[in-house]
Amino acid sequence: MDLKLTQEQEMVIAMVRRFVREEIVPLEMKLDPDADALEPEDRARLVAKVKMMGLYGLDIPVEYGGPDIDMVTRTLIAIEMSQHRAGLYAPCYGVFGGAGLAQLFEANDEQKERYLYPTLRGEKHGFFGLTEPSGGSDPARAIQTKAVEDGDDWILNGSKIFISGADKAEYGLVFARTSEDKGRGGVTCFIVDTDTPGFHVRRIVHTLRSARYATELQFENMRVPAANILGEVNKGFAIANDRLSRQRIPYAAGCIGVAIAAHEMAVEYAKVRETFGAPLASRQAIQWMLVDNEIDIKQARWVTLEAADRAQRGESFRKEAAMCKLVATEAGSRVVDRCIQIHGGYGVTKDFPFERWYREMRIRRIGEGPSEVQRHIIARDILGASLR
Amino acid sequence: MGVFELADEADNILFVGYAGGRSLFGLRGELASALRNSRATRYRYEVTTAYLTRYQELLMVYVADHGGLPPENDSTGVPTLGRLSPG
Repeated sequence: MDLKLTQEQEMVIAMVRRFVREEIVPLEMKLDPDADALEPEDRARLVAKVKMMGLYGLDIPVEYGGPDIDMVTRTLIAIEMSQHRAGLYAPCYGVFGGAGLAQLFEANDEQKERYLYPTLRGEKHGFFGLTEPSGGSDPARAIQTKAVEDGDDWILNGSKIFISGADKAEYGLVFARTSEDKGRGGVTCFIVDTDTPGFHVRRIVHTLRSARYATELQFENMRVPAANILGEVNKGFAIANDRLSRQRIPYAAGCIGVAIAAHEMAVEYAKVRETFGAPLASRQAIQWMLVDNEIDIKQARWVTLEAADRAQRGESFRKEAAMCKLVATEAGSRVVDRCIQIHGGYGVTKDFPFERWYREMRIRRIGEGPSEVQRHIIARDILGASLR
Repeated sequence: MGVFELADEADNILFVGYAGGRSLFGLRGELASALRNSRATRYRYEVTTAYLTRYQELLMVYVADHGGLPPENDSTGVPTLGRLSPG
């Protein structure tokens, strides 16, 4: 991998950085510190601006109208997009558009007409329903939602938890067990319309991420047509697994962006804040914190870009994706923690973004597979298939 | 920071509000302001840092029970709500 960015990458990064600092950050001065949405008029104005920049729908494949930007550059952009208060979970408040659920690009033509294209047009929203009360890190074994074939339909019963956006979605991908004795080979992915009788959003699940909640779902004799099976019966786990690996790269990138933003603020603050007659920056205790921040950020950045590079070249990147997710979420947590320490009392007030980053960064070490699962994935890769 | 509900004598909820991180005088200030503009005679409040999600939850539960927003909540000031069926 060439460590030097291309001229085009440098230009795109500079453009996104300017957009974040001139358009997003000033709006946050007026928003609630926990907000994760813009006023509709601001959102419409910024979406139009991003479209003019040619960066709308970054993650949409070019054959579906996306801007044809490679994976490494998209990762560099994701690092820039998250450098503001809401950036970890709402980078640029979504004004760069989204690709929806990536699994739908593998759907059949009829499913694409009903779900993918309306999603790309912003007319429909989907949710990803994998985790259950029985567990999320080992979905192949933890999935207890059952689907039983009944004529041309399947009847689903069970529940899901920690599901984002299900209460506002028009459809979702729901993983259910369709064979009892096949382990990961007995899971099927269903596309479920949320107005289907038997689909219930039972409760809101509040988390440290106080801007947005998760939901708990219940399926009661929910009848889903066989035509709504995504992929093949008993082959749903591969769909879930692929998504989990791919998602880890932008997940890591967001943590790096927030760490950079926090670190830059801490550097500036250390230069102007004086204690005992001298700037904080002159104290070795502070200097070493800043040095450790710099090292954490640089390590996380290169590990993440390497994973993106391997994915872009079509090489296996499962281990690298796990590694970048592990390194970036843990490094980001340490950086934000040090920056709070440098800012003292101000660091924990809602006047500054650190307290939000601190809460949300803590979730990142659990979401999309906790650190321990990432280490497990890396260990399996190092030690071989005997540990599977 | 927190959420509150205003109600009439019969405990019918009239308004759901919150005090967020930019509320000048906190929960007390937001509650006092809301009471001045309401026909409510009762109130209850919860102190919570999850004021945004709890605010949405209270409104969603109300909509699930009554089919619409509380009478004194202006729909223009309310975020797009999800559908909840508490069961």
